Amino acid sequence: MDELPIRSGDDVVRIRQQVRTVAARSGLSLVDQTKLVTAASELARNALVHGGGGTARVEVVTSGSGKNGVRIGFTDDGPGIADLDLALTDGWSSGDGLGLGLSGARRLVDEFELTSKPGHGTSIVVVKWSR
Amino acid sequence: MERVPILKIGTTLFVSIQIDLQDESVMRLQEDLAEELAATGARGVIIDITAVEIVDSFIGRMLAMIGSISRLFDAETVLVGMRPAVAITLTELGLSLRGVRTALNAEKGLALLNGSA
Repeated sequence: MDELPIRSGDDVVRIRQQVRTVAARSGLSLVDQTKLVTAASELARNALVHGGGGTARVEVVTSGSGKNGVRIGFTDDGPGIADLDLALTDGWSSGDGLGLGLSGARRLVDEFELTSKPGHGTSIVVVKWSR
Repeated sequence: MERVPILKIGTTLFVSIQIDLQDESVMRLQEDLAEELAATGARGVIIDITAVEIVDSFIGRMLAMIGSISRLFDAETVLVGMRPAVAITLTELGLSLRGVRTALNAEKGLALLNGSA
């Protein structure tokens, strides 16, 4: 599937639209589509603001039991996250946000995998399954 | 960047968000509304989000801030038309939008502002 750039606010909007299209096509309910698009918006903004830009890859996946889902991978080459537990804590923010972006995005999806090392960027893969 | 128009009807400012909101647009809306409130002395702001497909933590925070800013101009903000899926997602995200009043639709929002609801 296509790799979408995250370089501007317009790119964040485009990623939301792409995720919405793929999620609808995969049979996710309207509420699940909305949750996934919202999570994608948080993570794309994080990659832009904290990671200095990056890419998003949106694809359809099928589980072992035959369920459809949507997987989104976000990658940035930013400074990375030094303390993952802290970054995933509700209310903790490195900037002037509410600190709900990362922790909130994790709550909105079914699978959430974060890989980050200081100095080596951050990669986050999320999956939302149809019910 | 697209801008969200602000309409003044009587003592109320109406904002209907019809675009896919990017961060810059919602920050601009905040500034435009503050200027309109100062210039017109409007007593209420109605923000219609019927067409808004998602509200994430940034957009939610900006909407809550619009409520706080309005209060400094002695005006009340009512958020109307939130989609059910957006309400569920916002709650799960952990955003309460405390401080912003809500109504089911623009008509009920206006009634709330006029004290007849």
